[in-house]
Amino acid sequence: MNEEAILAKLPGAQAVADVVAPKQSFLAALGTWARNQPVGAVSGLMVIFLILVAVFAPQIAPFDPVETNYGAMTQAPSVQYWLGTDQFGRDLLSRIIWGARTALFIGFTSAILGATLGLVLGVASAYFSGWVDLLFQRIMDVFLAFPLIILAMAAVAVFGTGPDKVILAIMLPFVPRCARVVRSGALAIREMPYVDAARALGYGHMRIILRHMAPNCMAPYLIMLTTFLGQAILIEASLSYLGMGVQEPTAAWGLMLQGGAETYAETAPWIAVFPGLAITLAVFAFNLFGDAMRDTLDPKLRSR
Amino acid sequence: MKLARIKAVCAAVLGIAAVHTAIPAAAQTPKRGGTLNYVVPAEPPGYDGHREGTFAMLQPIRPYYSVLIRVDPNNPSTTTDFVCDVCAGKVPEPTDDGKVYTFKLRDDVKFHTGETMTADDVVASFNKIIFPPKGVRSLRRGMFSMVESVTNPDKSTVVFKLKFATNAFIPVLAIPFNWIYQKKILDKDIHWYETNIGGSGPFIFKERQAGAFMRGDRNPNYYHKGQPYLDGIRAIFATKESLRVQAIRGGRADIEFRGFPPASRDDLVKALGKDVTVQESTWNCPIMFSPNHKRKPFDDARVRRALSLAVDRWGGAKYLSKIALVKTVAGITFPGHALSPSDEELKQIAGWWPDLKKSRAEARKLLKESGADLSKTYLFIVRGVDQPYKIIATWLIDQWKQVGINFKMETHPTGPFYAIQRGSKEFDVSTDASCNTIINPLVDVTKYLSDDRASNNYYQYKDREVDALYDKMQRLTDVKAQRKLMFEIAKLTLDTHANQFPVLWWNRIVVHRSYVKGWKVSPSHYLNQALDNVWLDK
Repeated sequence: MNEEAILAKLPGAQAVADVVAPKQSFLAALGTWARNQPVGAVSGLMVIFLILVAVFAPQIAPFDPVETNYGAMTQAPSVQYWLGTDQFGRDLLSRIIWGARTALFIGFTSAILGATLGLVLGVASAYFSGWVDLLFQRIMDVFLAFPLIILAMAAVAVFGTGPDKVILAIMLPFVPRCARVVRSGALAIREMPYVDAARALGYGHMRIILRHMAPNCMAPYLIMLTTFLGQAILIEASLSYLGMGVQEPTAAWGLMLQGGAETYAETAPWIAVFPGLAITLAVFAFNLFGDAMRDTLDPKLRSR
Repeated sequence: MKLARIKAVCAAVLGIAAVHTAIPAAAQTPKRGGTLNYVVPAEPPGYDGHREGTFAMLQPIRPYYSVLIRVDPNNPSTTTDFVCDVCAGKVPEPTDDGKVYTFKLRDDVKFHTGETMTADDVVASFNKIIFPPKGVRSLRRGMFSMVESVTNPDKSTVVFKLKFATNAFIPVLAIPFNWIYQKKILDKDIHWYETNIGGSGPFIFKERQAGAFMRGDRNPNYYHKGQPYLDGIRAIFATKESLRVQAIRGGRADIEFRGFPPASRDDLVKALGKDVTVQESTWNCPIMFSPNHKRKPFDDARVRRALSLAVDRWGGAKYLSKIALVKTVAGITFPGHALSPSDEELKQIAGWWPDLKKSRAEARKLLKESGADLSKTYLFIVRGVDQPYKIIATWLIDQWKQVGINFKMETHPTGPFYAIQRGSKEFDVSTDASCNTIINPLVDVTKYLSDDRASNNYYQYKDREVDALYDKMQRLTDVKAQRKLMFEIAKLTLDTHANQFPVLWWNRIVVHRSYVKGWKVSPSHYLNQALDNVWLDK
């Protein structure tokens, strides 16, 4: 018999159940969260909007983002070209829409991979402790000594350019950052009775780490993940701007700020302004959403 | 915004016009004094002119050296007007049926060490260039293939004996990298000039601060009397174009010799008006794309031909000239040169046909016939320099896409790019450029010879038909006959065998402060860089 069934049989069960575990539909819970975290809710909507734009880019974009058009070079925003065109006559709106796909694909992939690998390494480091923990943490210290962008640039210099290598380059600096945060939580979890019980039952290390400890570190993991998303988009844009990220003619926000945007900053400022705005809004949205997630999931902040 | 652009264009036109109205200004009495500050987009990889081939070395260091002959600094746009630098009088006419050139040297040329330059120094320098000993790299050795010997019967005479008469010799001799070194130093250490600077030019090298600048002072013993007019020169290194533009705009630099794109020209003209002058010239430098003949499907001439047919050169020239350092449609030879085809002749070559629809239909047909896998994305490597490489590469990818063949662009910094081109060959198609100094098509087209004959052909093919035509052409002295053979080479290279492809020829736009006088634009960023006739009208 489950907990709910037992509660239902008790006298005054409904009243008790309402007090003990007030039930809310998902939408109602979302509404409550939105009321408590209005900034988070707005940023969440922006994130959803960006995801939809990225997914439906082929349907939404009014023009082919890579097609050059002699007749429309450096055209100012107009009814035909809402955000104007670049020096090749390519529609900026279409390139920003397709650029969302590049930014989110690279951002999500590198953030998820980096945070997940950090989660596993952080939990494993805490679980094994001793010399394994010592070694892991010193290696992490080495990686943490470098600023994010510097480490990503070094990785690109080693692996080369292209989306897959950029993902790897952005992912690498995230691993130690997530591992360090997760490890601090996992050190406490490691001492919990259920971990001892799992050991007593003879479970293997992998099972204890992945099935029993890692799921209990989800709060810091999710917080780090959402924080990484904004950072990953920014690093991808920075690398592309420096010519070390994705390559022309792929639509990418950072790439759109390179070359033409500098040269035409005075005569066609829209070439720089709109991709810059897209990067700002996306990073802003992901960072605020990450903050809201942290406020929601971190028990210390939640109790304030 | 439109008004601003119209103003910018008008100002640019006024600026260009200023060049022409500046002709009387050039006749003004030059003023002595001042330091010329000029920005250079890259730093020199080494100091030896015989070994290096980049403007990044030539522009900061050329003023410290002398050459035997040079393009007339007062008329550098010419292809035939050569004058003596350290030789006396006029450039000599050949004797012995065009096979012997005898140069008399000036007796007042002194090295910066104080020692007098003699024919020994000139012969030692040219022997190092033409017949370098083992372990010494000479970039232009192949260009002197017509030379049999360089000797000096006395201290003031230099004799070049040729294997065959050719009108390619004098232009090769005038290449501005052929610096005269001191025999005494070469005898002691032939590699000395790779890491040290010491010549007999108008300026004396003083210091280099890596990453910042190189500077030199006036040579008081310079043999062209009264020159140089400047007290000193300072080459400021600035890799970012925006920084170079701002340096001129803010008065930190007076000139940038390599060339700005049109938008930067317009910005400067708009901001500074009559305080800047614009000089433009067609550049002896085509931007190219070249397929790797060893990689499928580019081992098939039909596929290579299709790539060229897909490119809208005539339309592209009109529009790309607004955003990139390119302007002129031409083939393998400098546009307008006596050996170059007319536009009508050029339009007979596939890829230069005036009817774009017909060209692209033919390209699609050829791709279909060849059975090339059009579902694949091929690798196009690009030198990581915006102007004009990345701009043109971006445009080319779209041109090829229009006939159904897709490319992925991979940009690499200059060093790794050349390592791939020359070493690993991991590319399907590559960007390239054939930038030359003196306009001398007889030498400039060597890039299109077989890869075992041309050290700068990286595309893994041999074309003995082209080689044979070239050898025949080089031994002719009749321009009409040479022109005919040159057109045959162009037809084979660009159309029938479809080996390598110029896209458009560069356009050099030099913007400088209007008080910089005496310097005139040339068709090469290597030419007219001695700076001995430059003065500041401040």
